[in-house]
Amino acid sequence: MIAFLARRLVATLATLLAASVVVFLVLEVLPGDPALLMLGTEARPDTLAALRGQMGLDQPAPLRYAAWLGDMASGQFGVSYTYGRPVGELVAERLAVTVPLALMALVLSVAVALPLGILAAARHGGAGDWGVMVFSQLGISVPGFWTGMLLVLLFSGQLGWLPSGGFPGWGNPGAAFAALVLPAVSLAFYEAAIFARVTRSAVLDTLREDYVRTARAKGLGWRAVLWRHVLRNALAPVVTILGLQFSFLWAAGTLVIENVFYLPGMGRLLYQAITQRDLIVVRDVVMMLVGVVLLVNLAVDLLYAAIDPRPRAGTGG
Amino acid sequence: MRNAGLILGLCLTGLLAAMALVSFFWTPFPVDEVRIAARFRPPGGANWLGTDHFGRDIVSLLMVGARNSIAVGAVVIGLGMLVGVPVGLAAAARGGWADEWLSRATDLVFAFPAILSAFLITALLGPGVVNAILAIGIFNMGVFARVTRGAAQAVWRREFVRAALALGRGPVAVTLVHVLPNVLGVLTVQATISFAAAILAEASLSYLGLGIQPPAPSWGKMLHDAQTFMLLRPSLAIIPGLAIALAVLGLNLLGDGLRDLLDPRLRRSR
Repeated sequence: MIAFLARRLVATLATLLAASVVVFLVLEVLPGDPALLMLGTEARPDTLAALRGQMGLDQPAPLRYAAWLGDMASGQFGVSYTYGRPVGELVAERLAVTVPLALMALVLSVAVALPLGILAAARHGGAGDWGVMVFSQLGISVPGFWTGMLLVLLFSGQLGWLPSGGFPGWGNPGAAFAALVLPAVSLAFYEAAIFARVTRSAVLDTLREDYVRTARAKGLGWRAVLWRHVLRNALAPVVTILGLQFSFLWAAGTLVIENVFYLPGMGRLLYQAITQRDLIVVRDVVMMLVGVVLLVNLAVDLLYAAIDPRPRAGTGG
Repeated sequence: MRNAGLILGLCLTGLLAAMALVSFFWTPFPVDEVRIAARFRPPGGANWLGTDHFGRDIVSLLMVGARNSIAVGAVVIGLGMLVGVPVGLAAAARGGWADEWLSRATDLVFAFPAILSAFLITALLGPGVVNAILAIGIFNMGVFARVTRGAAQAVWRREFVRAALALGRGPVAVTLVHVLPNVLGVLTVQATISFAAAILAEASLSYLGLGIQPPAPSWGKMLHDAQTFMLLRPSLAIIPGLAIALAVLGLNLLGDGLRDLLDPRLRRSR
């Protein structure tokens, strides 16, 4: 177990390092002069020189990379060019939107999909199963931002129950929560579709195992078999997908949906930084998003190993 | 029931392809014709699905948008397969360090979801369809490398491959003659599903203004434009989204149906 843990940890660190090289190369080496890319060719020479100094562009690239890495490792982020504030501060504010949004979407999708997936497997081949599969097929085909638009049309435009966009801040918890409902539902619809399918598939696979047949043969009731044997064993693939889906929500889903609902989260921060060419914010925020994705993947691997010991012995994936 | 999905998938995909093909020589109205006097026409009459805020015909925009979606999807899948398949085959054939490197490389690729790479590439090169293709394509290289590797590894364990090796065939010959033909089914299914995902990703990027650039029509851009006017004219927001959803649904159903046809063992669990 320790060897497995160490191997996964080293692999994650290596990937993290490689990702940082990619981000650094794309934003600080490929543009030639990042300051020129940020300010445009019309910029005044003294403004350019000032920004070059602030970004440390007079230093050679490897030195700048090492300095950036050191800063990131110690939690020191750059200073945004457009906001004139440390990226760490900006991110801290934005996390208060993105993290609750991603978690709400995740909880909602699990709450809907887990029962649906189990129901579909228990009624395999029946009308319930068919209904869940249709829901799942629709859910993965509909773009999240379009779901968001349709929800706005209905719940904001027609019914006037929920806000169509914007975020009032957590000072007013009720209004803040209301502002996140439609974006979370838009994200959760897609997630629940994938999740229901995986749960159904995992439960069906487990139902075919010999020990389930044995438990039934012992005279254990259908419900007891499902709860005591099947669900526990079907959990491993479900947990894996849960982790992957969180990564997706965190580093892709919220990027789009925050821009549909004008929510001041990480996605909106990154989007605005790109349109304003604030490369310092882009660099640090992308790195943070990727870092969290990799850490969540590591956590999922470890959790998976704890639930299901087989991958430790095998060659792994 | 299973075949019903496949048939529906074939019909929807066929409809998408037909729309795109026909748009090359006929659309109800010229797609770039701006007629302010005819803006916001409701569905019905000469403009079957109405007009947008520039008075452009929605059906014409949808048809040319289908063409653009298919073009992006095809290039993305082509890129993904061109790089991913040889890499996956090589990793399965060599094993050892080559396989380890592939795993680490795909880990790196998957750490950047397509939307995030698109953001990164846009920061460097500015918005545009080529950059969107690049971003989605790079992600698919990882997808195809990993899928090919997994499928090829399973083929390498089969007896006929061992027999070919025992007869003195080299790894390259075995890969081309025995392994590749046996992973084509899996790759076809993956291509169909990735095609659907590429259409979704492109629509998201164009919606954000990072994909296909105006005046070229795209379904994502149509939705972006509709957002401002959707309370006034909901059909503007409903129709292009429906087009995306039906195209993606068709390709997904086609992929699932093909998987069942090509690998009947999976039929029971999916």
